[in-house]
Amino acid sequence: MAIFVNEHTKVIVQGLTGGQGRFHGLRNRAYGTQVVGGVTPGKAGQDVEGIPVFDSVADAVAATGATASFIAVPPKAAPAAILEAAQAGVEFVVCITEGIPAQDEARTYATLQRDFPRTRLLGPNCPGIISPGKCNIGITAGEIAHLPSASGPNVGIVSRSGTLTYQALYELKQQGIGVSTCVGIGGDPVPGTSFVDCLAQFQADPETHAIIMIGEIGGSAEEEAAEFITKHVTKPMSAYIAGVTAPAGKKMGHAGAIVSGGKGTAQGKMDALRAAGVRVGLNPTEAGALMAEIVKGLR
Amino acid sequence: MDLFEYQGKQYFARFGIPVSAGDVTETVDGAVSIAESIGYPVVIKAQVQVGGRGKAGGIQLANDAAAVRTHATNILGMDIKGHVVKRVWVERASDIAEEYYASYTLDRAAKAHLLMLSAQGGVDIEEVAEKDPTAIVKLHINPIEGISKDRAKQAAQEARIPVAALDGVADILVKLYDCFTAGDCDLAEINPLILKPTGEVHALDAKVSLDANAAFRHPEWDAFAATVELDDREKLAREKNLQYIGLDGSVGIIANGAGLAMSTLDVVNQVGGTAANFLDIGGGANAELMTAALEVINSDANVRSIFINIFGGITRGEEVAKGIVEAVKRVNLRAPIVIRLDGTNAEEGRSILAGAGIPDSQLTSRPTMLEAAKVAVELAK
Repeated sequence: MAIFVNEHTKVIVQGLTGGQGRFHGLRNRAYGTQVVGGVTPGKAGQDVEGIPVFDSVADAVAATGATASFIAVPPKAAPAAILEAAQAGVEFVVCITEGIPAQDEARTYATLQRDFPRTRLLGPNCPGIISPGKCNIGITAGEIAHLPSASGPNVGIVSRSGTLTYQALYELKQQGIGVSTCVGIGGDPVPGTSFVDCLAQFQADPETHAIIMIGEIGGSAEEEAAEFITKHVTKPMSAYIAGVTAPAGKKMGHAGAIVSGGKGTAQGKMDALRAAGVRVGLNPTEAGALMAEIVKGLR
Repeated sequence: MDLFEYQGKQYFARFGIPVSAGDVTETVDGAVSIAESIGYPVVIKAQVQVGGRGKAGGIQLANDAAAVRTHATNILGMDIKGHVVKRVWVERASDIAEEYYASYTLDRAAKAHLLMLSAQGGVDIEEVAEKDPTAIVKLHINPIEGISKDRAKQAAQEARIPVAALDGVADILVKLYDCFTAGDCDLAEINPLILKPTGEVHALDAKVSLDANAAFRHPEWDAFAATVELDDREKLAREKNLQYIGLDGSVGIIANGAGLAMSTLDVVNQVGGTAANFLDIGGGANAELMTAALEVINSDANVRSIFINIFGGITRGEEVAKGIVEAVKRVNLRAPIVIRLDGTNAEEGRSILAGAGIPDSQLTSRPTMLEAAKVAVELAK
């Protein structure tokens, strides 16, 4: 078991013939992911090192039976690419594109909710997802992820930050702890998949025995996660929140301050998670060490 | 990108939102000539991106040219909380019957747009929110549905805005939503939104923050970008395309990835130091980028030590190490470097650093973030 993706997941890459799509698509395949096709309008019939290219997602899905898509196209094209994948019936869409306008993201998310509720979007602006040994979609370097052990205990990772996702994978590898799935949800204003979505999946996944969560300042996603953890998560957790001393990123005027209502600071997020029973580290290494203690107790 | 008030008003005008007649100038003579052409009385307003300019004397009423000259002379060059006034906005003074508040933002938690509207504007709206939360109407708007004039009018009624102003407020709310969405704003705020004794509703101030990701479809934003105020370090960083925010501590920071850069600031703080900056060099930490980053940090006189924190994912450790060695040779550094290099091929990278012939006094390597931070903070003392 793993969450969202596993060894049976068939993936197409939208933008496979572009620089990023080609580089990461081929790396994902080299890791063992079933990368069964690519999509670039006007390039049907070509192939990228043996991976067939199609004109549309619908054609690619019809020919390959893919259920997941990896979107690596520029910001201007990404919203349409996401909706095209959803329209073609793709259930799991990973979008790594950075720099999509917030208004486009909000409209795309609202359209998915209304017209394509069966499609889950991960990202945009996220590193992707890896179920070690089974499937890697996105830009994560597969070799830094420790394989899950059949007997457990294994840890699930969910993170808002790219490099800190790798850091978390690395800390667990150093400690010899297996990872069931590592999900990078991305730090954009309207992420398709939230902490809460991932926590619910990890809680239900028999192969996941404990969870690490990496958050950041801003927004209220961590506070919502803390509320969910209190009610629904029984598996032990450790966490780290980046940005205790970071300069305020975006000045959102009075409006932002009112919306947040005291939420959004690293301290507030750490307090909320602690109150939910999560062990909070003051740096990524400490969160890893806390997880090592948790895992020791489970063995 | 945050706009100055005058830019916000110019932006509002594009979407048909009524603002006072006025213009911006950098000179006293310019202020007088604007006042002469729009007619008295006028208000002269300091253009700074910081609150409290009224209390600091940055907003003045003038009834004739002599008064405009006096006030403009005083305000131009004035220091308001560290912001030097370079421009003033001169506009026709408005008679005010009532003051309201209106804004649109994206509510991340609800994944929807949020309208906030209050009949108690003008004053500190955060105070209103604290003392009487019911005085602010909050309405979530589905981004693919938008807001109709009827719905806007209903919101205005809920906010207890008087009947005389309902139509005018609703009209502005629809236009402000258009400005927020089609205009790609992160924030579009009017405080105060005023009702004049004559019955017209009108934006007396403008606070607009634009979404930099949407700049590609707004060539008209170039004029706004030209007035963004940066310190020398930030200017240099921008030229080099680096994600840099200047701070006032003594440990220069270079990290790859925004999360790791934030985390680096935290760890430096945790061991008793202070960061001189936030600098994210992104995924590909090559010699060019590293050189540019070190040049920017080197230009900061407060920097006493430099902490380079790199986690190699796809970028391999030996490539990062080669980049650092090359950059150290190119830049004549004033402060010692402490490096933490971890991740893919970190061992190979560390041995390249150790064998590069750079003296220990100039470059120290530590395997973990915490150890490296301790050394960097010690060196900065």
